[in-house]
Amino acid sequence: MLEVRGLSVRYGGIQALQGVDLTVAQGEIVCLIGANGAGKSTLLGAVSGLIKPTAGAIAYEGRPIAGHKASRLSRQGLILVPEGRRVFANLSVEENLILGGYFRPRGREQQADMAEVFDTFPRLAERRRQAAGTLSGGEQQMLALGRALMGRPRLLMMDEPSLGLAPLMVAEVFGVIRRIHQRGVTVLLIEQNAAAALAIAHRGYVLEVGRVVLSGSGRELASDGRVQRAYLGMD
Amino acid sequence: MDGAQLLQQIINGLTLGSLYALIAIGYTMVYGILRLINFAHGDVLMVGCYLAWFGAVQFGLPWWAALMGSMALTALLGVLIDQGAYRPLRSAPRISALITAIGVSFFLENLGLVVFGGRPKAFERPEIFNQLYQIGDLRVLSHSVWVPIITALVLAGLLWMIYRTRLGMAMRALSRDLVTVQLMGIDTNRVVAVTFALGSALAAAGGIFWAMKYPQINPLMGVLPGLKAFVAAVLGGIGNVVGAVLGGLMLGFGEIMLVALWPELAGYRDALAFVLLIGFLLFRPSGILGQELPS
Repeated sequence: MLEVRGLSVRYGGIQALQGVDLTVAQGEIVCLIGANGAGKSTLLGAVSGLIKPTAGAIAYEGRPIAGHKASRLSRQGLILVPEGRRVFANLSVEENLILGGYFRPRGREQQADMAEVFDTFPRLAERRRQAAGTLSGGEQQMLALGRALMGRPRLLMMDEPSLGLAPLMVAEVFGVIRRIHQRGVTVLLIEQNAAAALAIAHRGYVLEVGRVVLSGSGRELASDGRVQRAYLGMD
Repeated sequence: MDGAQLLQQIINGLTLGSLYALIAIGYTMVYGILRLINFAHGDVLMVGCYLAWFGAVQFGLPWWAALMGSMALTALLGVLIDQGAYRPLRSAPRISALITAIGVSFFLENLGLVVFGGRPKAFERPEIFNQLYQIGDLRVLSHSVWVPIITALVLAGLLWMIYRTRLGMAMRALSRDLVTVQLMGIDTNRVVAVTFALGSALAAAGGIFWAMKYPQINPLMGVLPGLKAFVAAVLGGIGNVVGAVLGGLMLGFGEIMLVALWPELAGYRDALAFVLLIGFLLFRPSGILGQELPS
Protein backbone atom coordinates (compact mmCIF):
# COMPACT_ATOMS: atom_id res chain seq x y z
CA MET A 1 0.00 0.00 0.00
CA LEU A 2 2.88 2.30 0.84
CA GLU A 3 6.34 1.85 -0.52
CA VAL A 4 9.23 4.13 0.37
CA ARG A 5 12.53 3.69 -1.45
CA GLY A 6 15.80 5.50 -0.69
CA LEU A 7 14.04 8.46 0.85
CA SER A 8 16.30 11.34 1.85
CA VAL A 9 15.32 14.66 3.34
CA ARG A 10 17.67 17.48 4.07
CA TYR A 11 16.73 20.80 5.53
CA GLY A 12 18.91 23.68 6.57
CA GLY A 13 22.08 21.66 6.13
CA ILE A 14 20.79 18.85 8.33
CA GLN A 15 20.37 15.42 6.81
CA ALA A 16 17.17 14.37 8.54
CA LEU A 17 16.62 11.18 6.54
CA GLN A 18 19.15 9.21 4.57
CA GLY A 19 18.09 6.52 2.15
CA VAL A 20 15.17 5.13 4.12
CA ASP A 21 13.32 2.08 2.75
CA LEU A 22 9.98 1.15 4.23
CA THR A 23 6.86 -0.67 3.18
CA VAL A 24 3.40 -0.91 4.65
CA ALA A 25 1.10 -3.58 3.32
CA GLN A 26 -2.67 -3.26 3.17
CA GLY A 27 -4.21 -4.09 6.53
CA GLU A 28 -1.02 -3.82 8.55
CA ILE A 29 -0.18 -1.82 11.64
CA VAL A 30 3.42 -0.68 11.29
CA CYS A 31 5.23 1.30 13.92
CA LEU A 32 8.31 3.48 13.84
CA ILE A 33 10.43 3.72 16.95
CA GLY A 34 13.51 5.75 17.60
CA ALA A 35 14.93 8.50 19.75
CA ASN A 36 14.03 12.16 19.41
CA GLY A 37 15.57 13.55 16.26
CA ALA A 38 15.90 10.13 14.62
CA GLY A 39 13.76 11.37 11.72
CA LYS A 40 10.44 9.67 12.47
CA SER A 41 8.32 12.80 12.15
CA THR A 42 10.27 13.85 9.07
CA LEU A 43 9.42 10.51 7.49
CA LEU A 44 5.69 10.92 8.13
CA GLY A 45 5.94 14.56 7.00
CA ALA A 46 7.50 13.51 3.71
CA VAL A 47 4.96 10.73 3.10
CA SER A 48 2.03 13.04 3.92
CA GLY A 49 3.30 15.75 1.57
CA LEU A 50 4.13 18.38 4.19
CA ILE A 51 7.89 18.04 3.65
CA LYS A 52 9.54 17.86 0.24
CA PRO A 53 11.97 14.94 -0.05
CA THR A 54 15.39 15.66 -1.55
CA ALA A 55 15.75 12.19 -3.03
CA GLY A 56 13.97 8.86 -3.20
CA ALA A 57 10.59 7.54 -4.24
CA ILE A 58 7.29 7.16 -2.43
CA ALA A 59 4.47 5.11 -3.88
CA TYR A 60 0.95 5.00 -2.42
CA GLU A 61 -1.45 2.40 -3.77
CA GLY A 62 1.00 1.82 -6.59
CA ARG A 63 1.25 5.43 -7.76
CA PRO A 64 4.27 7.70 -7.19
CA ILE A 65 3.41 10.53 -4.82
CA ALA A 66 6.74 12.06 -3.76
CA GLY A 67 6.40 15.84 -3.79
CA HIS A 68 2.60 15.87 -4.08
CA LYS A 69 0.77 18.43 -1.99
CA ALA A 70 -0.54 17.35 1.40
CA SER A 71 -4.05 18.54 0.60
CA ARG A 72 -4.15 16.31 -2.47
CA LEU A 73 -2.85 13.24 -0.63
CA SER A 74 -5.35 13.72 2.20
CA ARG A 75 -8.14 13.68 -0.35
CA GLN A 76 -6.82 10.31 -1.54
CA GLY A 77 -7.13 8.78 1.89
CA LEU A 78 -3.52 9.19 3.01
CA ILE A 79 -4.17 11.04 6.23
CA LEU A 80 -1.82 12.17 8.98
CA VAL A 81 -2.76 12.85 12.58
CA PRO A 82 0.00 15.33 13.41
CA GLU A 83 2.11 15.38 16.52
CA GLY A 84 0.64 17.44 19.32
CA ARG A 85 -2.91 16.79 18.02
CA ARG A 86 -3.19 20.25 16.43
CA VAL A 87 -6.94 20.57 16.83
CA PHE A 88 -8.33 23.95 15.78
CA ALA A 89 -8.70 25.42 19.24
CA ASN A 90 -10.92 28.31 18.14
CA LEU A 91 -13.43 26.03 16.42
CA SER A 92 -16.05 23.84 18.04
CA VAL A 93 -15.65 20.08 18.26
CA GLU A 94 -18.27 19.64 15.57
CA GLU A 95 -16.58 22.15 13.26
CA ASN A 96 -13.27 20.36 13.69
CA LEU A 97 -14.93 17.15 12.59
CA ILE A 98 -16.61 18.81 9.62
CA LEU A 99 -13.23 20.14 8.52
CA GLY A 100 -11.84 16.62 8.68
CA GLY A 101 -14.31 15.65 5.97
CA TYR A 102 -14.16 19.03 4.23
CA PHE A 103 -13.32 17.67 0.81
CA ARG A 104 -16.03 15.04 0.77
CA PRO A 105 -19.51 15.80 -0.50
CA ARG A 106 -21.83 17.00 2.20
CA GLY A 107 -24.83 14.94 3.07
CA ARG A 108 -26.02 11.73 4.57
CA GLU A 109 -22.75 9.85 4.29
CA GLN A 110 -20.92 12.52 6.22
CA GLN A 111 -23.67 12.67 8.83
CA ALA A 112 -23.31 8.94 9.25
CA ASP A 113 -19.54 9.25 9.65
CA MET A 114 -19.97 11.89 12.29
CA ALA A 115 -22.46 9.73 14.14
CA GLU A 116 -19.92 6.93 14.02
CA VAL A 117 -17.18 9.18 15.41
CA PHE A 118 -19.50 10.23 18.22
CA ASP A 119 -20.27 6.58 18.79
CA THR A 120 -16.57 5.77 19.08
CA PHE A 121 -15.87 8.82 21.25
CA PRO A 122 -18.99 9.53 23.32
CA ARG A 123 -17.18 12.30 25.15
CA LEU A 124 -16.88 14.28 21.94
CA ALA A 125 -20.62 14.03 21.45
CA GLU A 126 -21.20 15.58 24.87
CA ARG A 127 -18.94 18.46 23.91
CA ARG A 128 -19.82 18.93 20.29
CA ARG A 129 -20.57 22.66 20.62
CA GLN A 130 -17.61 23.38 22.88
CA ALA A 131 -14.45 25.07 21.55
CA ALA A 132 -11.83 22.42 20.93
CA GLY A 133 -9.28 24.43 22.90
CA THR A 134 -11.24 23.81 26.09
CA LEU A 135 -10.91 20.01 25.86
CA SER A 136 -8.43 18.03 27.93
CA GLY A 137 -5.34 16.59 26.26
CA GLY A 138 -6.89 13.15 25.93
CA GLU A 139 -10.12 14.53 24.53
CA GLN A 140 -8.14 16.58 22.02
CA GLN A 141 -6.36 13.42 20.91
CA MET A 142 -9.74 11.75 20.45
CA LEU A 143 -10.85 14.74 18.43
CA ALA A 144 -7.72 14.64 16.29
CA LEU A 145 -8.39 10.94 15.60
CA GLY A 146 -12.07 11.54 14.94
CA ARG A 147 -11.23 14.40 12.62
CA ALA A 148 -8.90 12.15 10.64
CA LEU A 149 -11.58 9.44 10.44
CA MET A 150 -14.00 11.95 8.90
CA GLY A 151 -11.73 11.98 5.87
CA ARG A 152 -12.22 8.21 5.39
CA PRO A 153 -8.52 7.30 5.59
CA ARG A 154 -7.21 4.22 3.85
CA LEU A 155 -3.74 4.70 5.31
CA LEU A 156 -3.83 6.50 8.64
CA MET A 157 -0.54 7.86 9.92
CA MET A 158 -0.23 8.92 13.53
CA ASP A 159 2.59 10.89 15.07
CA GLU A 160 2.91 10.19 18.80
CA PRO A 161 -0.79 9.73 19.58
CA SER A 162 -0.13 8.93 23.23
CA LEU A 163 2.27 11.79 23.94
CA GLY A 164 1.54 13.57 27.18
CA LEU A 165 -1.51 11.50 28.06
CA ALA A 166 -2.36 9.88 31.36
CA PRO A 167 -1.81 6.08 31.43
CA LEU A 168 -5.53 5.30 31.35
CA MET A 169 -5.92 7.55 28.33
CA VAL A 170 -2.96 5.90 26.63
CA ALA A 171 -4.67 2.53 26.93
CA GLU A 172 -7.84 4.02 25.50
CA VAL A 173 -5.99 5.54 22.55
CA PHE A 174 -4.38 2.21 21.73
CA GLY A 175 -7.75 0.51 22.01
CA VAL A 176 -9.16 2.97 19.53
CA ILE A 177 -6.26 2.46 17.12
CA ARG A 178 -6.98 -1.26 17.19
CA ARG A 179 -10.66 -0.67 16.51
CA ILE A 180 -9.88 1.68 13.61
CA HIS A 181 -7.59 -0.99 12.20
CA GLN A 182 -10.27 -3.63 12.52
CA ARG A 183 -12.48 -1.51 10.28
CA GLY A 184 -9.96 -2.03 7.51
CA VAL A 185 -7.74 1.02 7.89
CA THR A 186 -4.01 0.48 7.46
CA VAL A 187 -1.98 2.19 10.17
CA LEU A 188 1.52 3.68 10.25
CA LEU A 189 2.38 4.86 13.72
CA ILE A 190 5.16 6.71 15.52
CA GLU A 191 5.34 6.00 19.21
CA GLN A 192 7.49 7.06 22.10
CA ASN A 193 5.75 4.32 24.05
CA ALA A 194 7.57 1.53 22.23
CA ALA A 195 6.23 -1.29 24.41
CA ALA A 196 2.59 -0.44 23.76
CA ALA A 197 3.23 0.20 20.09
CA LEU A 198 5.11 -3.03 19.45
CA ALA A 199 2.36 -4.92 21.24
CA ILE A 200 -0.22 -3.92 18.64
CA ALA A 201 2.04 -3.58 15.58
CA HIS A 202 2.51 -6.31 13.00
CA ARG A 203 5.86 -4.91 12.02
CA GLY A 204 8.17 -2.17 13.13
CA TYR A 205 11.16 -0.14 12.04
CA VAL A 206 13.83 1.33 14.27
CA LEU A 207 15.25 4.66 13.12
CA GLU A 208 18.55 6.11 14.24
CA VAL A 209 19.91 9.42 12.96
CA GLY A 210 17.95 9.29 9.74
CA ARG A 211 18.48 5.64 8.84
CA VAL A 212 16.59 2.41 9.37
CA VAL A 213 18.85 0.32 11.57
CA LEU A 214 16.49 -2.53 12.34
CA SER A 215 13.19 -3.88 11.19
CA GLY A 216 11.06 -6.90 11.87
CA SER A 217 7.81 -8.13 13.30
CA GLY A 218 6.51 -6.47 16.45
CA ARG A 219 7.38 -9.52 18.50
CA GLU A 220 10.89 -9.85 17.08
CA LEU A 221 11.67 -6.23 17.83
CA ALA A 222 10.19 -6.42 21.32
CA SER A 223 12.49 -9.33 22.13
CA ASP A 224 15.56 -7.85 20.46
CA GLY A 225 18.27 -7.00 22.99
CA ARG A 226 19.23 -3.69 21.44
CA VAL A 227 15.60 -2.52 21.27
CA GLN A 228 14.99 -3.61 24.83
CA ARG A 229 17.97 -1.66 26.10
CA ALA A 230 17.45 1.49 24.02
CA TYR A 231 13.66 1.83 23.87
CA LEU A 232 12.00 -0.47 26.33
CA GLY A 233 14.05 0.53 29.34
CA MET A 234 15.24 -3.02 30.09
CA ASP A 235 18.76 -4.08 30.98
CA MET B 1 -23.17 72.98 19.25
CA ASP B 2 -26.93 72.46 19.09
CA GLY B 3 -28.78 69.23 18.59
CA ALA B 4 -29.07 69.44 14.84
CA GLN B 5 -25.38 70.16 14.47
CA LEU B 6 -24.47 67.32 16.73
CA LEU B 7 -26.66 64.96 14.75
CA GLN B 8 -25.08 66.28 11.58
CA GLN B 9 -21.61 65.48 12.92
CA ILE B 10 -22.69 62.05 14.09
CA ILE B 11 -23.88 61.27 10.58
CA ASN B 12 -20.63 62.59 9.11
CA GLY B 13 -18.64 60.48 11.54
CA LEU B 14 -20.69 57.42 10.71
CA THR B 15 -20.09 57.88 6.99
CA LEU B 16 -16.36 58.47 7.28
CA GLY B 17 -16.06 55.65 9.80
CA SER B 18 -17.92 53.27 7.48
CA LEU B 19 -15.50 54.08 4.67
CA TYR B 20 -12.53 53.34 6.90
CA ALA B 21 -14.28 50.16 8.00
CA LEU B 22 -14.80 48.88 4.46
CA ILE B 23 -11.11 49.33 3.74
CA ALA B 24 -9.95 48.03 7.13
CA ILE B 25 -11.81 44.74 6.64
CA GLY B 26 -9.42 43.78 3.85
CA TYR B 27 -6.40 44.54 6.00
CA THR B 28 -7.70 42.57 8.91
CA MET B 29 -8.81 39.52 6.89
CA VAL B 30 -5.46 39.14 5.19
CA TYR B 31 -3.64 39.66 8.46
CA GLY B 32 -5.91 37.17 10.22
CA ILE B 33 -4.97 34.47 7.76
CA LEU B 34 -1.37 35.19 6.76
CA ARG B 35 -0.15 37.48 9.57
CA LEU B 36 0.77 39.86 6.78
CA ILE B 37 0.09 43.61 6.75
CA ASN B 38 -0.73 44.10 3.11
CA PHE B 39 0.58 47.62 2.69
CA ALA B 40 -0.46 47.58 -0.96
CA HIS B 41 -4.12 47.52 0.12
CA GLY B 42 -4.56 51.30 -0.20
CA ASP B 43 -3.11 51.25 -3.70
CA VAL B 44 -5.37 48.38 -4.68
CA LEU B 45 -8.18 50.71 -3.66
CA MET B 46 -6.79 53.37 -5.99
CA VAL B 47 -6.73 50.95 -8.91
CA GLY B 48 -10.32 50.03 -8.08
CA CYS B 49 -11.32 53.69 -8.31
CA TYR B 50 -9.67 54.10 -11.69
CA LEU B 51 -11.33 50.96 -12.98
CA ALA B 52 -14.71 52.33 -11.92
CA TRP B 53 -13.84 55.67 -13.48
CA PHE B 54 -12.97 53.99 -16.76
CA GLY B 55 -16.14 51.97 -16.62
CA ALA B 56 -18.35 54.98 -15.97
CA VAL B 57 -16.62 57.65 -18.06
CA GLN B 58 -14.96 55.79 -20.91
CA PHE B 59 -17.49 53.03 -21.37
CA GLY B 60 -20.55 54.89 -20.16
CA LEU B 61 -21.62 52.13 -17.81
CA PRO B 62 -24.30 52.88 -15.21
CA TRP B 63 -22.74 53.50 -11.77
CA TRP B 64 -23.72 50.13 -10.33
CA ALA B 65 -22.23 48.25 -13.27
CA ALA B 66 -19.02 50.27 -12.99
CA LEU B 67 -18.92 49.51 -9.26
CA MET B 68 -19.52 45.78 -9.74
CA GLY B 69 -17.08 45.54 -12.63
CA SER B 70 -14.42 47.38 -10.67
CA MET B 71 -14.95 45.17 -7.60
CA ALA B 72 -14.60 42.03 -9.73
CA LEU B 73 -11.44 43.23 -11.49
CA THR B 74 -9.92 44.55 -8.27
CA ALA B 75 -10.60 41.20 -6.63
CA LEU B 76 -8.65 39.62 -9.45
CA LEU B 77 -5.84 42.13 -8.96
CA GLY B 78 -5.67 41.24 -5.26
CA VAL B 79 -5.42 37.55 -6.10
CA LEU B 80 -2.71 38.20 -8.70
CA ILE B 81 -0.69 40.27 -6.23
CA ASP B 82 -0.90 37.45 -3.71
CA GLN B 83 0.04 34.78 -6.22
CA GLY B 84 2.82 36.78 -7.79
CA ALA B 85 4.33 38.60 -4.84
CA TYR B 86 3.40 36.95 -1.55
CA ARG B 87 2.90 33.29 -2.32
CA PRO B 88 6.56 32.59 -3.16
CA LEU B 89 7.40 34.00 0.29
CA ARG B 90 4.85 31.96 2.23
CA SER B 91 7.48 30.06 4.16
CA ALA B 92 10.02 32.91 4.27
CA PRO B 93 10.37 35.08 7.38
CA ARG B 94 7.38 37.39 7.78
CA ILE B 95 9.45 40.52 7.35
CA SER B 96 10.22 39.52 3.75
CA ALA B 97 6.54 39.50 2.82
CA LEU B 98 6.03 42.80 4.65
CA ILE B 99 8.83 44.48 2.70
CA THR B 100 7.44 42.97 -0.49
CA ALA B 101 4.05 44.50 0.34
CA ILE B 102 5.67 47.93 0.60
CA GLY B 103 7.36 47.25 -2.74
CA VAL B 104 4.03 46.30 -4.35
CA SER B 105 2.57 49.51 -2.94
CA PHE B 106 5.27 51.67 -4.56
CA PHE B 107 4.93 49.69 -7.75
CA LEU B 108 1.18 50.30 -8.00
CA GLU B 109 1.52 54.00 -7.15
CA ASN B 110 4.13 54.59 -9.80
CA LEU B 111 2.42 52.39 -12.32
CA GLY B 112 -0.67 54.50 -11.67
CA LEU B 113 1.30 57.69 -12.31
CA VAL B 114 2.58 56.31 -15.60
CA VAL B 115 -0.64 54.77 -16.82
CA PHE B 116 -3.27 57.20 -15.47
CA GLY B 117 -1.17 60.36 -15.26
CA GLY B 118 -0.61 62.52 -12.19
CA ARG B 119 -3.45 64.93 -12.83
CA PRO B 120 -6.52 64.16 -10.70
CA LYS B 121 -9.62 63.03 -12.51
CA ALA B 122 -13.08 64.21 -11.56
CA PHE B 123 -15.24 61.47 -10.09
CA GLU B 124 -18.97 61.92 -10.59
CA ARG B 125 -21.33 61.25 -7.75
CA PRO B 126 -24.24 59.23 -9.18
CA GLU B 127 -27.70 60.77 -8.80
CA ILE B 128 -28.85 58.30 -6.15
CA PHE B 129 -25.99 59.34 -3.83
CA ASN B 130 -26.36 63.02 -4.61
CA GLN B 131 -29.81 63.75 -3.12
CA LEU B 132 -29.82 66.36 -0.43
CA TYR B 133 -32.32 65.79 2.37
CA GLN B 134 -33.16 68.75 4.54
CA ILE B 135 -34.92 68.17 7.84
CA GLY B 136 -35.07 71.39 9.83
CA ASP B 137 -31.48 72.56 10.11
CA LEU B 138 -30.17 69.12 9.26
CA ARG B 139 -28.80 68.63 5.76
CA VAL B 140 -27.90 65.10 4.81
CA LEU B 141 -26.55 63.85 1.52
CA SER B 142 -28.02 60.50 0.47
CA HIS B 143 -24.40 59.26 0.12
CA SER B 144 -24.09 59.59 3.92
CA VAL B 145 -27.16 57.43 4.40
CA TRP B 146 -26.22 54.72 1.93
CA VAL B 147 -22.60 54.23 2.94
CA PRO B 148 -23.31 53.09 6.52
CA ILE B 149 -26.17 50.89 5.28
CA ILE B 150 -23.94 49.23 2.70
CA THR B 151 -21.19 48.76 5.28
CA ALA B 152 -23.64 47.15 7.70
CA LEU B 153 -24.86 44.78 4.97
CA VAL B 154 -21.30 43.88 4.01
CA LEU B 155 -20.42 43.18 7.63
CA ALA B 156 -23.50 41.02 8.11
CA GLY B 157 -22.70 39.08 4.95
CA LEU B 158 -19.09 38.56 5.96
CA LEU B 159 -19.97 37.41 9.46
CA TRP B 160 -22.45 34.97 7.99
CA MET B 161 -19.78 33.65 5.66
CA ILE B 162 -17.12 33.38 8.35
CA TYR B 163 -19.28 31.70 10.99
CA ARG B 164 -21.93 29.85 9.01
CA THR B 165 -20.29 28.47 5.88
CA ARG B 166 -17.71 25.78 5.36
CA LEU B 167 -15.42 28.21 3.57
CA GLY B 168 -15.54 30.49 6.60
CA MET B 169 -14.78 27.51 8.80
CA ALA B 170 -11.72 26.77 6.69
CA MET B 171 -10.67 30.42 6.96
CA ARG B 172 -10.93 30.38 10.74
CA ALA B 173 -9.01 27.13 10.92
CA LEU B 174 -6.37 28.41 8.53
CA SER B 175 -5.86 31.56 10.57
CA ARG B 176 -4.96 29.30 13.46
CA ASP B 177 -2.84 26.67 11.77
CA LEU B 178 -1.78 26.88 8.14
CA VAL B 179 -0.09 23.48 8.13
CA THR B 180 -2.75 21.30 9.73
CA VAL B 181 -5.44 22.70 7.44
CA GLN B 182 -3.63 21.07 4.53
CA LEU B 183 -4.02 17.70 6.23
CA MET B 184 -7.80 18.19 5.99
CA GLY B 185 -7.47 18.09 2.21
CA ILE B 186 -8.01 21.84 2.02
CA ASP B 187 -6.14 23.73 -0.67
CA THR B 188 -4.81 26.62 1.40
CA ASN B 189 -3.88 28.67 -1.64
CA ARG B 190 -7.48 28.70 -2.72
CA VAL B 191 -8.70 29.88 0.68
CA VAL B 192 -6.02 32.59 0.74
CA ALA B 193 -7.03 33.63 -2.79
CA VAL B 194 -10.67 34.00 -1.72
CA THR B 195 -9.54 36.14 1.20
CA PHE B 196 -7.54 38.45 -1.05
CA ALA B 197 -10.39 38.62 -3.54
CA LEU B 198 -12.92 39.59 -0.87
CA GLY B 199 -10.64 42.12 0.81
CA SER B 200 -9.68 43.73 -2.49
CA ALA B 201 -13.27 43.91 -3.73
CA LEU B 202 -14.25 45.65 -0.49
CA ALA B 203 -11.29 48.02 -0.85
CA ALA B 204 -12.55 48.90 -4.33
CA ALA B 205 -16.03 49.53 -2.97
CA GLY B 206 -14.64 51.59 -0.08
CA GLY B 207 -12.43 53.56 -2.45
CA ILE B 208 -15.24 54.25 -4.89
CA PHE B 209 -17.52 55.55 -2.15
CA TRP B 210 -14.57 57.54 -0.81
CA ALA B 211 -14.06 59.06 -4.26
CA MET B 212 -17.75 59.97 -4.39
CA LYS B 213 -17.31 61.85 -1.12
CA TYR B 214 -14.21 63.78 -2.19
CA PRO B 215 -15.05 63.67 -5.86
CA GLN B 216 -11.71 63.24 -7.54
CA ILE B 217 -9.13 60.49 -7.88
CA ASN B 218 -5.37 60.45 -8.34
CA PRO B 219 -2.69 57.72 -8.25
CA LEU B 220 -1.68 58.53 -4.66
CA MET B 221 -5.24 58.76 -3.31
CA GLY B 222 -4.98 55.35 -1.65
CA VAL B 223 -2.10 56.22 0.65
CA LEU B 224 -3.92 58.13 3.36
CA PRO B 225 -7.16 56.09 3.49
CA GLY B 226 -5.00 52.98 3.37
CA LEU B 227 -2.86 54.06 6.29
CA LYS B 228 -5.86 55.16 8.31
CA ALA B 229 -7.74 51.97 7.61
CA PHE B 230 -4.66 50.08 8.76
CA VAL B 231 -4.76 52.11 11.98
CA ALA B 232 -8.48 51.34 12.28
CA ALA B 233 -7.76 47.63 11.92
CA VAL B 234 -5.15 47.80 14.66
CA LEU B 235 -7.42 49.83 16.94
CA GLY B 236 -10.17 47.25 16.55
CA GLY B 237 -7.83 44.33 17.11
CA ILE B 238 -6.17 43.20 13.93
CA GLY B 239 -7.46 39.92 12.57
CA ASN B 240 -10.97 40.62 13.84
CA VAL B 241 -13.57 41.71 11.26
CA VAL B 242 -15.98 43.25 13.77
CA GLY B 243 -13.00 44.96 15.38
CA ALA B 244 -12.02 46.49 12.05
CA VAL B 245 -15.49 47.99 11.69
CA LEU B 246 -15.45 49.30 15.28
CA GLY B 247 -11.97 50.71 14.78
CA GLY B 248 -13.04 52.39 11.55
CA LEU B 249 -16.09 53.95 13.22
CA MET B 250 -14.02 55.08 16.18
CA LEU B 251 -11.49 56.75 13.91
CA GLY B 252 -14.19 58.34 11.73
CA PHE B 253 -16.07 59.74 14.73
CA GLY B 254 -12.82 60.85 16.34
CA GLU B 255 -11.74 62.83 13.31
CA ILE B 256 -15.11 64.47 12.75
CA MET B 257 -15.57 65.34 16.42
CA LEU B 258 -12.05 66.72 16.71
CA VAL B 259 -12.78 69.18 13.94
CA ALA B 260 -16.30 69.95 15.18
CA LEU B 261 -15.37 70.60 18.79
CA TRP B 262 -12.00 72.26 18.28
CA PRO B 263 -12.04 73.86 14.84
CA GLU B 264 -8.61 75.36 15.53
CA LEU B 265 -7.19 71.80 15.65
CA ALA B 266 -8.62 70.93 12.22
CA GLY B 267 -5.11 70.85 10.77
CA TYR B 268 -4.23 67.97 13.11
CA ARG B 269 -7.08 65.85 11.82
CA ASP B 270 -4.86 63.41 9.95
CA ALA B 271 -2.50 63.19 12.90
CA LEU B 272 -5.29 61.91 15.14
CA ALA B 273 -5.18 58.43 13.61
CA PHE B 274 -1.51 58.08 14.41
CA VAL B 275 -1.84 59.53 17.92
CA LEU B 276 -4.55 56.95 18.56
CA LEU B 277 -2.33 54.25 17.06
CA ILE B 278 0.56 55.12 19.35
CA GLY B 279 -1.75 55.34 22.35
CA PHE B 280 -3.26 51.93 21.64
CA LEU B 281 0.08 50.32 20.96
CA LEU B 282 1.29 51.61 24.32
CA PHE B 283 -1.72 50.80 26.46
CA ARG B 284 -3.81 48.20 24.65
CA PRO B 285 -1.71 46.69 21.87
CA SER B 286 -4.24 43.96 21.14
CA GLY B 287 -6.90 46.54 20.22
CA ILE B 288 -10.55 46.79 21.23
CA LEU B 289 -11.58 43.23 20.41
CA GLY B 290 -8.20 41.59 19.99
CA GLN B 291 -7.29 38.81 22.34
CA GLU B 292 -4.18 38.88 24.40
CA LEU B 293 -1.62 36.76 22.65
CA PRO B 294 -0.56 33.72 24.58
CA SER B 295 3.12 34.08 25.36
